Amino acid sequence: MQTLLNPQQLHLTILRLAHHLTENHKSLDNVVFVGIQPRGVKFSDRLIQAIQTIRTGEKISYGIMDITFYRDDIREELHKATKTDMPFSIEGKNVVLIDDVLYTGRTTRAALDALQDFGRPQKVELCVLVDRRFNRELPIQPDYCGKTIDSMMSQKVKVEWDREEVVIY
Amino acid sequence: MQLSTNHLLGIKELTKDDISLILSTAQQFKEVLQRPIKKVPSLRDVTIVNLFYENSTRTRISFELAEKRLSADTINFAASGSSVSKGETLLDTVNNILSMKVDMVVMRHSASGAPHFLAKHLPGTAIVNAGDGINEHPTQALLDAFSIIERIGSLEGKKILLIGDIMHSRVALSNIWLLKKMGAEVMLSGPPTLIPTYIKEALGVQVEYNLLKALRWCDVANVLRIQLERQNQVLFSSLREYNLSYGLTRKLLNNLQKEIVIMHPGPINRGVEIDSDVADSNQSIILQQVENGVAVRMAVLYLLAGKKME
Repeated sequence: MQTLLNPQQLHLTILRLAHHLTENHKSLDNVVFVGIQPRGVKFSDRLIQAIQTIRTGEKISYGIMDITFYRDDIREELHKATKTDMPFSIEGKNVVLIDDVLYTGRTTRAALDALQDFGRPQKVELCVLVDRRFNRELPIQPDYCGKTIDSMMSQKVKVEWDREEVVIY
Repeated sequence: MQLSTNHLLGIKELTKDDISLILSTAQQFKEVLQRPIKKVPSLRDVTIVNLFYENSTRTRISFELAEKRLSADTINFAASGSSVSKGETLLDTVNNILSMKVDMVVMRHSASGAPHFLAKHLPGTAIVNAGDGINEHPTQALLDAFSIIERIGSLEGKKILLIGDIMHSRVALSNIWLLKKMGAEVMLSGPPTLIPTYIKEALGVQVEYNLLKALRWCDVANVLRIQLERQNQVLFSSLREYNLSYGLTRKLLNNLQKEIVIMHPGPINRGVEIDSDVADSNQSIILQQVENGVAVRMAVLYLLAGKKME
């Protein structure tokens, strides 16, 4: 097992992404942040906290979305469905999808499908903590990325939130 | 994470984990049904036939809606008006339908065990029991459980009363299996002629012939329909007499000094097993049961379709 980000680096990376997002979005009125369940939400919770400290007093639209029923691999493996909470319309909004690890791109594809059922966004961006860039199966790239890594398919990348670390093994 | 079975034949065949998985998945589908677009693409490559050899309103519509909300293709078959009247056997009918590339069968049949028979002869096709004779009606028990949990938080340790025609009720049997597996206490009440004598020992339930005493005991009362179509002998003297001794009335409920939850699987015989003012009161969750039925059936179909067949 190898550590990709230690607790201090993880903290700095999240802070940098928060700054990058607020730099690109002068006002958050038209922006909605959507964390992808289940693992992306731990990351998005932290990211939203960081954005809140930069933009104190500004209202942030933040929802969580489970994409289980939109997966294309239910015949291969069933995933446990978790909660969706999207208490706003995304019609005409700038949506920032947030996930922890971008790998094959299939989760993001499912998330794009799921998003359509909540309205037609004006723009969708993707923000990920870790990008495993050599294993993509679909043409999907992040707009905001914490750390890009080169990994083999046999390896696993995981964010250990209780230890505040990103590891590869 | 998957069901331990390839078919939903009855609650008897499910494990506690299966039931929990179906109920937690149904919870997520219920949220899908509140969205502006109440539809997910999960089963767009699946074709499902609804075989109804017996009349149904709620169950058939509920299954069909569940299938459509999952983007499955559906075919409806009703025995009346089909070649069944020309003498075609059940297995022949189903085999003919399956040869047109159908993946799942949802079946209601008046013969107990009919879906088990199909599952035995068609091991590669998922069979969902939508009610077989006087045996089981598993999706009804699942939606009842879901509705109880939604209203009072859990099943564990809760006291559930089933009132009425236990003998002819597949809803009762499925409910008893499910509630016992999930750790609830079950009591039956009704005329002695409609409660099988062996059921107490066989299924580990309590029996109380005095309705008022039974109501005082329970947290939830599930009122069953008097199934006149299945009774080929006189088991009670008249519907009026039944209503006087076992009908759920406002007067009875006012005697309890607590508010219990009232359920009914439908269709209701108003003024027989339940009075209108009780059925339409805030205590009753009869329409919530119907609403939850779609989400629960979506969960069952989704979990079975995702299951790899050996």
